[in-house]
Amino acid sequence: MASVCFYFQVHQPFRLRHYTVFDHSPRYFDEFKNASICRKVANKCYLPANRLLLDVIRRFEGRFKISYSLTGVILEQFRKYCPEVMSTFDALAETGCVEFLGETYYHSLSFLYSYEEFTEQINKHTDLICRLYGQTPRVFRNTELIYSNALAETIEKMGRFDAIITEGADHILGCRSSNFVYRPPNCSHIKLLLKNYSLSDDIAFRFGNRQWSEYPLTADKFASWVNRANGNGQCVNLFMDYETFGEHQWEDTGIFSFMNHLPEEVLKHPDNNFMTPSEVADTYEPVGVVDVPHIISWADLERDLSAWLGNAMQSNALHEIYEIEKHIKQTHNEELIADWRRLQTSDHFYYMCTKYFSDGDVHKYFNPYESPYDSYINFMNVVSNLRERCQQLFLPHKREPLSKIS
Amino acid sequence: MRVFMLGWEFPPFISGGLGTACYGLTKAMNDLGMEIIFVLPKPVETHSATHVKMLSPLQCQAAASTSGSQTTLQAREQEFPNVTFRSVPSPLEAYATPQYYQQKIEGIIREKTVQAATEKGVEPAIQQWLGRAEEYVHIPHDQYSGDMYSEIHRYAAYAVRLAMRENFDVIHAHDWMTYPAGIAVAAVTGKPLVVHVHSTEFDRSGEHVNQMVYDIERRGMHAASKIIAVSYLTRNIIISRYGVLGEKVEVVYNGVEQNGDNRQAFTRVGISSNEKIVLFLGRITMQKGPEYFLMAARKVLEEIENVKFVMAGSGDMMHRIIEMAAQMGIGHKVLFTGFLRGHDVEKVYQMADLYVMPSVSEPFGIAPLEALNHDVPVLISKQSGVSEVLTHVLKVDFWDVNEMANKIIAVLKYPPLQLTLREHGNFEVRRLRWSGAAEKCRKVYERMLQPA
Repeated sequence: MASVCFYFQVHQPFRLRHYTVFDHSPRYFDEFKNASICRKVANKCYLPANRLLLDVIRRFEGRFKISYSLTGVILEQFRKYCPEVMSTFDALAETGCVEFLGETYYHSLSFLYSYEEFTEQINKHTDLICRLYGQTPRVFRNTELIYSNALAETIEKMGRFDAIITEGADHILGCRSSNFVYRPPNCSHIKLLLKNYSLSDDIAFRFGNRQWSEYPLTADKFASWVNRANGNGQCVNLFMDYETFGEHQWEDTGIFSFMNHLPEEVLKHPDNNFMTPSEVADTYEPVGVVDVPHIISWADLERDLSAWLGNAMQSNALHEIYEIEKHIKQTHNEELIADWRRLQTSDHFYYMCTKYFSDGDVHKYFNPYESPYDSYINFMNVVSNLRERCQQLFLPHKREPLSKIS
Repeated sequence: MRVFMLGWEFPPFISGGLGTACYGLTKAMNDLGMEIIFVLPKPVETHSATHVKMLSPLQCQAAASTSGSQTTLQAREQEFPNVTFRSVPSPLEAYATPQYYQQKIEGIIREKTVQAATEKGVEPAIQQWLGRAEEYVHIPHDQYSGDMYSEIHRYAAYAVRLAMRENFDVIHAHDWMTYPAGIAVAAVTGKPLVVHVHSTEFDRSGEHVNQMVYDIERRGMHAASKIIAVSYLTRNIIISRYGVLGEKVEVVYNGVEQNGDNRQAFTRVGISSNEKIVLFLGRITMQKGPEYFLMAARKVLEEIENVKFVMAGSGDMMHRIIEMAAQMGIGHKVLFTGFLRGHDVEKVYQMADLYVMPSVSEPFGIAPLEALNHDVPVLISKQSGVSEVLTHVLKVDFWDVNEMANKIIAVLKYPPLQLTLREHGNFEVRRLRWSGAAEKCRKVYERMLQPA
């Protein structure tokens, strides 16, 4: 049996506007840029991909299934900038063949810094998904598939989730295959679904690469690779950014027609089927324990945190943000808290990454700044202002000196 | 490979980046085993430890007769065996005009054509002309003084004379002052000419170009078989303003010397003094954008107090800039050091928290590399050639003083920024070595010498 399990990550950050030390306005985000990027990606990716997948789901009458992880910040942007995308997701939800996963509302790295903030963001996200799609997420994916044993324990304690999705990194699996369900140590209930990074990246990164020896990748060729897991695996987990369709791989690479034909080719083999992550977790029993004492992620070659926490600027910026958590929350000012939380989105720290030399292209492509230094300066100027605002709101109530945060 | 190299300045007598570049390039070429005859416009007395052997034509004629000079030469030869330095003596004839020298060169070429086959060649004519060359007159080391036009033609005439006695494969001329010499030597010897463009008249004078200089540059570029530009920025100017075909122009970035104890500054920064130092180091002239530095300084001082702005260098705008600082009311925060050399440069780098190069037009800009070498973070204008090669620096449009101030403040305010810039910048600058530039020059020569 090989159950193909698709999960697509849908996310766009609230990008900051150019903010110098001389700015004092409490408007931090670049409305114009965010709106235009959101609309551009909607037209190139979200709308055509949703329409296509809706069509495929209807055509296969329940035999083709997929899952999405929509961050709170992208849903806010859809509502604000392109509501038509919302209705296509509604239609997908109504088919019953689409599962929505749980994650931190702000696509944040809060797990690394604040347990309280981490759980609050998951709850906020769960509420939103429930309200919009009538599903309570049963499978959790952390920002950028950041994962460790500690995360599994935290999520198990929350009691709502049956499985966690993370990267099938070689160094955690050893010689084992990602095509099985595993269990974290010290957990009794929660299961692990690991990304088959080789097959996922064939679609997400290599699909349109003419230098690739397997180019062009056709649906039947890919289906034959999936079939290899038959008899030697339970599931093939294809996890990728949704922007793969139309944005990272442009339409003229044939990515849409590939997806259009893939279900048919996969289902030609009688033992294959499609499942959502929670169905995989329900169907298969764990075959072993995967021990991840050190944090992993799905980024770059290193599969670690270095894309967000690889230099002094990044660790300083993250530290500054979480250092003011208590004071921000004490203000009970919703606008201030929302601004602070939007600053937690991992992308802000990704932009400060200085690892140019090995996989610089990817980093540069998604970076709205000319350099990581510019992004750090901008971010820190915003944080300074946020701190001042916090202080101003705080001081009238209590005369307590804010030496810690000034 | 023997190169006949024509230069205008050489350390310690420099007024800017050209001498530094010639020093670095020749040193690296020497390490590659290339032989260089370096011709300078005046005798150079080297008190500083230098890797090269310096010769003036007078010493040549005397066949290194004095024992004193002989030992110095031997000592230098050991240090730096492949480079011979030749320099042109001071003005010999008080009333010599450029036309005079040009006629002389033409005369030599004419005679050479006539007597090409004879063993004596043009030697007699040159000897006759230079017969009075015994008298040595010392001139001040300010290269840009005096009648530049006759200076460069005098230089050309002597270069031709020196070239007649030497064997070499390629002529390499640095900047416009040496182009007439390069053209003349090429005409006399028939060897291919490479001109190395460290800056153009448009960089030095904006749109108000000196027509004479422009004409010399243009002639040199068109006479050359190959042009080496220090950046793509400069290459574009050469193509668009001088009408040169793009295929003729190669880009060879400058490098920087690795100095041994540069990590010293690392431990000092931010500890010994609570006053931050922002450094401007360069000629105080229009092209370096000193007024933008001051305007940014004023904005910085609105936000933070404990910072001083040091302007190291001299130039024709110095007085105006001093007055401007006073008018802005920031005179007490801006220090002028005058032109710095050698150890003083090291010291000022070690003091600095940030080096700013706000150049309006900068063909390359070696100083930021030196700053990075000294572990000083760097803010450069996007209008500089060096911004093509550096990624771990801050960049800003020279006119955007608001952003310049924003970035200066950020460096002073957020220590992790300074730390990251310093670490990555120092690492990055290690890839920009003169050896790479020398290697590229050699490739340019080799491709040029290959029969088509």
